[in-house]
Amino acid sequence: MSAYRYLTLLVLLISLAYCTSKQDAEKAAKNSPSPVEAAEEQPEIHGSPVGTVTLTNPLNKAWVAQGQAIYDTKCLACHKLDATRVVGPGWKDVTKRRKPEWVMNMITNVEVMLESDEEAQKLLEQCLVRMPNQNVTQEEARSIYEFMRSNDGEK
Amino acid sequence: MKIQHLTILAAVFIMGPVLLTSPGCKPKNIGSAVEGDAASKTYVAPGKYDEFYNIVSGGFNGQISVYGLPSGRLFRIIPVFSQFAENGWGYSEETKPMLNTSHGFVPWDDSHHIALSTTKGEHDGRWAFVNGNNTPRIARVNLSTFRTDEIIEIPNSSGNHSSPFLTENSEYAVAGTRFSYPMDNAGSNPDVSIGTYKENFKGTVSFIGINPESGRMNVAFQVLLPGINFDLSRAGKGKSRDWFFFSCYNTEQANTLLEVNASQKDKDFIMAVNWKKCEELVKAGKGQKQKVRYAHNVYDEKVHSATSTIETEVTVINPKDFINEGLVYFMPCPKSPHGCDTDPTGSYIVGSGKLAAVIPVFSFDKIQKAIADKNYEGMYDGLPVLKYDAVLHGEVKKPGLGPLHTEFDGKGFAYTSFFVSSEIVKWNIESLEVVDRVPTYYSIGHLCIPGGPTAKPHGKYVIAYNKITKDRYLPTGPELTQSAQLYDISGDKMKLLLDFPTVGEPHYAEAIPASMLSPKSVKMFKIEENQHPYAAKGEKEAKVVREGNKVHVYMTSIRSHFTPDNIEGVKMGDEVYFHVTNLEQDWDVPHGFAVKGSNNAEILIMPGETCTLKWVPDRVGVVPIYCTDFCSALHQEMQGYVRVSPAGSNVPLKWSTGETPEAGMPSK
Repeated sequence: MSAYRYLTLLVLLISLAYCTSKQDAEKAAKNSPSPVEAAEEQPEIHGSPVGTVTLTNPLNKAWVAQGQAIYDTKCLACHKLDATRVVGPGWKDVTKRRKPEWVMNMITNVEVMLESDEEAQKLLEQCLVRMPNQNVTQEEARSIYEFMRSNDGEK
Repeated sequence: MKIQHLTILAAVFIMGPVLLTSPGCKPKNIGSAVEGDAASKTYVAPGKYDEFYNIVSGGFNGQISVYGLPSGRLFRIIPVFSQFAENGWGYSEETKPMLNTSHGFVPWDDSHHIALSTTKGEHDGRWAFVNGNNTPRIARVNLSTFRTDEIIEIPNSSGNHSSPFLTENSEYAVAGTRFSYPMDNAGSNPDVSIGTYKENFKGTVSFIGINPESGRMNVAFQVLLPGINFDLSRAGKGKSRDWFFFSCYNTEQANTLLEVNASQKDKDFIMAVNWKKCEELVKAGKGQKQKVRYAHNVYDEKVHSATSTIETEVTVINPKDFINEGLVYFMPCPKSPHGCDTDPTGSYIVGSGKLAAVIPVFSFDKIQKAIADKNYEGMYDGLPVLKYDAVLHGEVKKPGLGPLHTEFDGKGFAYTSFFVSSEIVKWNIESLEVVDRVPTYYSIGHLCIPGGPTAKPHGKYVIAYNKITKDRYLPTGPELTQSAQLYDISGDKMKLLLDFPTVGEPHYAEAIPASMLSPKSVKMFKIEENQHPYAAKGEKEAKVVREGNKVHVYMTSIRSHFTPDNIEGVKMGDEVYFHVTNLEQDWDVPHGFAVKGSNNAEILIMPGETCTLKWVPDRVGVVPIYCTDFCSALHQEMQGYVRVSPAGSNVPLKWSTGETPEAGMPSK
């Protein structure tokens, strides 16, 4: 038997072994007893994606106040109100740079944004800390945006 | 004759492990005991979930461990009775009160039995109860946070072994004295000679009320009993729901060399207690109020802190005062019974005499008839003993050696563990015929079928918790892992699927479908709802406050910094309390906190929670602090410094983050 034939046989054997073990694994996975749910089937969406947001003036004062209160507890540790970047970017002029839908999705659907939005991905490369999910509802995110507008000098 | 039996049994006990480990005499077919498809039956693919939670007592580690079935993967150790440096349980200021007792701070116990809460006899997935055997306690674990929410000490008790088994609707958890001890009418333990056992020593069984909404426990009443050893217990179900059954050994009332002196009689007892009648008497104001002292510790999720209260009264019912009401009956049971288990219908009670050659099965209907007919064989310490033949459904003949515990599959079969002959034996409850047996490796103690003790078992598997591991795993010196084994019971024959190592020394365990617990598992605590008095809900609330020699640091943590992270003005002689609030509001983002040289553990703070680490500086200098739980790419940067100055120095108290102390925030 030539070396070539040995080699062919070897390749054949290896691929056979590979197929068998792959089939076994698949079979085993199928047979594994009714697991509750696969982890990857649970994407972290905390609210439905934010659609179109209509901004009005004058600012809603109650929303500004609520937004500031949430900021103090859940955002201030990483975002300053001037342009300084601490952990995340400073908020000065953020409402001029970003659409309200973008900001609110960044707050409430950060996983989806980091997967699909180029701007969000760029920010992660800069800051290296993922924008955390701070368990903020869509309504609360809207009031935070109103606070951001107030911070940017809107009346 | 009796002595001869004992000798033979003793020989089996001694020889058993020797036989099992000498290579020539191993049980046959260890290799072939596992069939070809076993791997696929226990394989849970990466990212997939297990089918059952297995809630397992930790024995001498005093904790509970949580495994997945069928994979046998360990998910969590839930600290209960023992300090747990890994997350600060019993070390943090918030959790220290959980380990308080009438003896003071007791940082360890021996946890033997799990009881999952039931409604109408079926699992309801709310709480897991576990007993502390050494310093008598019962703990309640919340099955949505997997944390210990409450620990109650049992007064007038000693060796709380037959515990914390539950009545059908979790009205009561039960506690009984394994070690009788001298008890006088004042509820104290007087100074008497141990040799006066028969005269002075008493036992009790306690009924711990459980609030149906909050789960909050209280010592509802105790039943005063003769000084014998109560070993295990089970409540009735269905028609027997008003009764509780206890196995009793040492009816000889020996106080020394019990292995011989408490094995003299051919029969000891199963004790039947009508708890419903006891409850009615107590509600009617009957029973004696005794002055006692016991600790009642409750963890409050809103303030993320525990409180410990010493309670001072208990109601004691003496069944001899209520003979006509018929509160307590003994049933003869061969021989030093250990397990005492009721079948899913509540019709049958299985007693397992550790030293017996048969398994007696008692009939609830026959017990009721014998009580009605006063069919007594005599009295024991003033309490009636029913006639064995009158209450017996039948005996399982020659089942094996050393029967211990029995679980049920809901299909009419019982599964009994045999320590000495190292096997599980499956038998038919009605016909009492043995239908299958499998070896265990080695010397099984408890066993568990998912839902096995309930009115509606989930079945599918039986798990053996073995007492001896020997050669089953790679050796790790003299101290070896403990071992569990998983068997498929879906067919007629039991099939070994998997060995998996366990931590501590598991005794009893329960298993519950994952679908009953996983959807309600808490992911984090809402920061808005945090009512901890030292919480800093946002960096604006971070501060350092001096009160005499106590320095309170209101600290926040978020990926990836503490505020404040530079602190000056701490002096020798101070006690520093780091109250760390985790501002994260996402799942699986705990932060940790540790201080160099602290005579304490670390703390792990869950999202939205506040935990406190006490630190007493022992020397002058600058001391680092840091986050111990890898939280982000910049976790290694999550650190800070505390400056400790000599006592009496005039360094002002100041703190900051992001600025140097010299130029930074003045103290506010």
